[in-house]
Amino acid sequence: MKIAVCVKQVPDTWAEKKLKADTSTLDRESADGVLNELDEYAVEQALQLVEANGGEVVIVTMGPERAAETLRKAISMGADAGIHVLDNNLAGSDAIATSAVLAKALEGRDFDLIIFGSESTDARMSVIPAMVAERLGLAQVTFAQKVSVDGTTLTAERVTDYGFDTLSATLPAVVSVVEKINEPRYPSFKGIMAAKKKPVETLTATDLGLDPSVVGAGAAWSAVADFAARPPKPAGVVVEDEGSGGTSIADYLTTSKFI
Amino acid sequence: MSDVLVLAEHHESEIRKVTFELITAARELGTPVVLWLGTGCNDAAVAALGSFGAAKILVADSADVSDHPVVPGAEIVASLIESMQPVAVLVASSADGKEIAARSAIKSGCGIITDAVEIASDGTATQSVFGGSTVVHSRVTHGTPIITVRPNSITASESAVTAVTENIAIGISDSAKLVSVTNRNVVEKGARPELAEADVVVSGGRGVGGAEGFGVIEALADSLNAAVGASRAATDAGWYPHQFQVGQTGKTVSPSLYIANGISGAIQHRAGMQTSKVVIVVNKDSEAPIFELADFGVVGDLFSVVPQLTEEIAKRK
Ligand SMILES: Cc1cc2nc3c(=O)[nH]c(=O)nc-3n(C[C@H](O)[C@H](O)[C@H](O)COP(=O)(O)OP(=O)(O)OC[C@H]3O[C@@H](n4cnc5c(N)ncnc54)[C@H](O)[C@@H]3O)c2cc1C
Ligand SMILES: Nc1ncnc2c1ncn2[C@@H]1O[C@H](COP(=O)(O)O)[C@@H](O)[C@H]1O
Repeated sequence: MKIAVCVKQVPDTWAEKKLKADTSTLDRESADGVLNELDEYAVEQALQLVEANGGEVVIVTMGPERAAETLRKAISMGADAGIHVLDNNLAGSDAIATSAVLAKALEGRDFDLIIFGSESTDARMSVIPAMVAERLGLAQVTFAQKVSVDGTTLTAERVTDYGFDTLSATLPAVVSVVEKINEPRYPSFKGIMAAKKKPVETLTATDLGLDPSVVGAGAAWSAVADFAARPPKPAGVVVEDEGSGGTSIADYLTTSKFI
Repeated sequence: MSDVLVLAEHHESEIRKVTFELITAARELGTPVVLWLGTGCNDAAVAALGSFGAAKILVADSADVSDHPVVPGAEIVASLIESMQPVAVLVASSADGKEIAARSAIKSGCGIITDAVEIASDGTATQSVFGGSTVVHSRVTHGTPIITVRPNSITASESAVTAVTENIAIGISDSAKLVSVTNRNVVEKGARPELAEADVVVSGGRGVGGAEGFGVIEALADSLNAAVGASRAATDAGWYPHQFQVGQTGKTVSPSLYIANGISGAIQHRAGMQTSKVVIVVNKDSEAPIFELADFGVVGDLFSVVPQLTEEIAKRK
């Protein structure tokens, strides 16, 4: 079984995120880049499936030079190879263009499964997996809290607003996983050493056969008109409970007309 | 006036409040035309949609739509974009809504904006990003704007019209049927308001200490006619069901009032509640980061503060 996992480098979870004044895009340089934490669950799921069924795991990322570190980090969990789409023309790509690039990078490589995290912590759109499935014409099984494969049959539980749906599909398929699905492993020392020697293909948009005019900021189908930092909320009132904490909240709720 | 396509968010015949918010937003852009996917569009539903200004309701109710997730809906939306030429498509920011929006954007060659909290009459969308710290105005520049709207951001207002319904039969391709729903597991919702759309949310975290501890949280919630939420620490421990998790990987809530009890305020939790209008915190650790968001906070034991508050509310009502 051949599995691809798409991972994204995102600003450190705790870092303050800002847009750049000139391009209205996320300022990625001012914070450390880390592996999108939800993508760790995707890598873990791929490794577990390969441990059970045999096969290989390829990590795929699109991102700037330093996204290579994130790619190695994901490989060090135990994957076999990587694909890094690296091209300055890609800067500022919107979700539409990103999905076009990922689809091209994945196409024609006979992956049985392509696994995504359910959301990137910076963009928070949760649309890339569905867009890639659309472009590749593959079965889409997203927001999975449980995935199993039996031969070419994929069974999964998709989280819904009301509980969950049990889904059935035939491979190949695009899957996205939620954090309830597993407990991601830490890279072992052996894994970290081995990751340095795993093959990584670095490709440009042109290598993928993409017309440079369909990617990057200039090709985006939506544009930021303007943005502003929201003025910080004035500091609230915090009191120690000396036996009337509940009453003091009730007073606050009365003043602000909630009761 | 031009049509605005609104995708109804509903569970069988129960319409989600966000649908009325979408119709209200659509009225600013043109004539709201609602698309109802699947079963449940009864007379009461039609009347309710009409009372908010839905001029027309297109009903696409077939086994294809019910048996296969997301993709048939996206094909129908894409086909309507082509035949109706709406000025915009408005969809709720739910898992299904965002994915239908995403796939129809690719199919129709349209730009997409997710998680709008406001839409101006010229189609400019306002987004609140990075946990609410930055306000962004953006526009779709290619094709029909497809915009997903976060529940509880727009105030729904009535503007009654008589809605006409039309059954539509749009052929679904085989590739939209690659995935089948073999079973639906619906968790009992109970009598409380829906979490994502509640006006008041009362949440409990690890500080609640166990499943029994949620009794005090529920009692406070009921005194305020609120929904109950939980941190991941509480849902992972099995103290409260997963679908009530608030945060990055749970529900995003934006109520008028959020009361966080025994929750430390990890960034993943904040990601789901940071745009709440008023935040009240009860936590025994004065250093807990959740206090940074508090309009009013009490440093104390939730098991004495919360029951006292519930009692006070009962007295004052
Ligand atoms: C990929 C990923 C996704 C995640 N998604 C989410 C998510 O969607 N939602 C979410 O909530 N978390 C999420 N988390 C988890 C998050 O990082 C925190 O671990 C979690 O929010 C902590 O929950 P808590 O605040 O209840 O627990 P803790 O951090 O343990 O805090 C408990 C608090 O209760 C207080 N307390 C204890 N006893 C009492 C008492 N008797 N009275 C008053 N106060 C008391 C303590 O002082 C403490 O501040 C995610 C994590 C990851 C890695
Ligand atoms: N630049 C990227 N490179 C590789 N994978 C990505 C990229 N952007 C998003 N993804 C994948 O798509 C998922 C959803 O991202 P998003 O739609 O941005 O919330 C992530 O969890 C990743 O698995």
